[in-house]
Amino acid sequence: MSEAFTARVWVLGDDIDTDIIIPTEYLALKTIDDMKPYAFSPLRPELAGQIQPGDVIVAGKNFGCGSSREQAPEVIKALGVRCVIAKSFARIFFRNAINNGLLLMECGGVQDAVQEGEEIQVEPGRAITCGGTQYPVAALPQNLLDILEAGGLVKAMRKRNGLE
Amino acid sequence: MGKTVIEKIIGRNMGREVRAGEIVTVNVDWVMVHDIFTPFLAEKFAEMGFEKVWDPDRVVFVYDHMVPASQVDDIRHFRAGDAFAETYGITHVHRSDGICHQLMTEAGYVKPGDVVFGTDSHTTTYGCVGAFSTGVGYTEMASILGTGTLWVKVPETIRVEVEGTLPAGVASKDVILRLLGDLRADGATYQALEFAGSTIEAMSVASRMAMSNMAVECGAKCAVFTPDAKTAAYCGIPLTERETSLAGDPDARYARVIRYRAEELEPVLACPSQVDNIHPVKERLGTPVDQVFIGSCTNGRLEDLQAAARQLKGKKVAPFVKLIVTPASRKVYRDALADGTLAVLAEAGAMITHPGCGLCCGRAGGILSDGERVVATNNRNFLGRMGSSKVEIYLASPATAAATAAAGVISLPEE
Repeated sequence: MSEAFTARVWVLGDDIDTDIIIPTEYLALKTIDDMKPYAFSPLRPELAGQIQPGDVIVAGKNFGCGSSREQAPEVIKALGVRCVIAKSFARIFFRNAINNGLLLMECGGVQDAVQEGEEIQVEPGRAITCGGTQYPVAALPQNLLDILEAGGLVKAMRKRNGLE
Repeated sequence: MGKTVIEKIIGRNMGREVRAGEIVTVNVDWVMVHDIFTPFLAEKFAEMGFEKVWDPDRVVFVYDHMVPASQVDDIRHFRAGDAFAETYGITHVHRSDGICHQLMTEAGYVKPGDVVFGTDSHTTTYGCVGAFSTGVGYTEMASILGTGTLWVKVPETIRVEVEGTLPAGVASKDVILRLLGDLRADGATYQALEFAGSTIEAMSVASRMAMSNMAVECGAKCAVFTPDAKTAAYCGIPLTERETSLAGDPDARYARVIRYRAEELEPVLACPSQVDNIHPVKERLGTPVDQVFIGSCTNGRLEDLQAAARQLKGKKVAPFVKLIVTPASRKVYRDALADGTLAVLAEAGAMITHPGCGLCCGRAGGILSDGERVVATNNRNFLGRMGSSKVEIYLASPATAAATAAAGVISLPEE
């Protein structure tokens, strides 16, 4: 998870709520894969079909606000999004993403420099580089790094219960 | 150095002093799981390899988002919940009693000082009785069911003081909407809200619930009210120093203190499509509406239905406007039936539905189509929240919503 990589960017605004990420009407679908085509549909119905595995999302402040639905980070991960970079994250989304092993990076500034479709360099936990400028990333607390290190909360609990 | 309410609650839970910023592992008093997440919870719990639930008597299952079922597959969620409850000995299962956030205090579970987690963002509601409560995802809920614990960061606190007497027609909903407009949708992210002042003291527990319910809309982790005689009566407990001591100390450290004069507040709306897009009702007067919704975990309580009935008594809902009224629980439904409130609303032309979350979460019971405009008492006006993403949702108090239903256009409540 800590290796640097280059990725194509999709740009979203401030306050992207979890009803936008995956609307309630699709939460009763049986699997996360079934929900994938509807991700971000209230805002950009075509987006889920355009995102390619390995892409990253760059957004503004308060990404993932609203409903606690864990399908929101799961569906983003299922689309193959490698990480979400935002000025800030809403707290439940933040916890859910870490627990599911979806990499998040808090970073301000890159939003004004990057255009949708461009490529950026991502160094997890360290920095984002875009157009030759480097933007620092907020560090994660140790207890969260431990969960990511274990591969998510399910694996951390399996280890606790002597299964791994 | 004094303490905030949340530092006192978490400190009591830990059996030692704690300060904002510390990461601690709390012992959980209650958990709530609703029907949307039962299949996912069961799957994660099994995957984690737990053999038993830490304390089945501390677990409450509520079927509310999908009750009554609106899609043929909804039953999968009830079956998953029932099977899990049967396997692990969970007996607190509410299959059609009302909305989870109403039931957790109304049915006698959560008490002042408790630490509570639920699989829903509006779990912040139980701060109305002086509990620390917040939302988590189903993976974390599965780990809580196995361990009875969860790590949290003790939040910093924003203290909100409201002094004076609210003008006629201004409800606690207007106070919290105004605060959301001032703080913005991310203004309290990771923080606690602590409410105090003579206006807050004068409020019923039900009015306080509307405020703690919506605290999450400015990103808050939780919102707390100091328990008083009204809290004790509502919870059916004696009022002792154990409850009243859950007040912010004068020398506690706050991230911010925000003060309002109640007399300066007025009826407001959260306009499409953000909860912090707040405007006075008087600036939107005359805007035609297609539907009005009075209900939800924010404003579906007896006093809310009574406020609506006062506006609609002897009147009819405007032609072509659909008024949908959803009591928050079976108890609220029965109480509103017994005191004549539902008769007034039905006489005015309201459609009265079974308690549940259906319309508020856009699943059932009056979902809206392209181009429609709704004034609603619930907590979110996000794109697509109540049906099509081409719907304009205005959030308001029950009195404003009912006055609007009678006029067919956005209106101020009559005094």
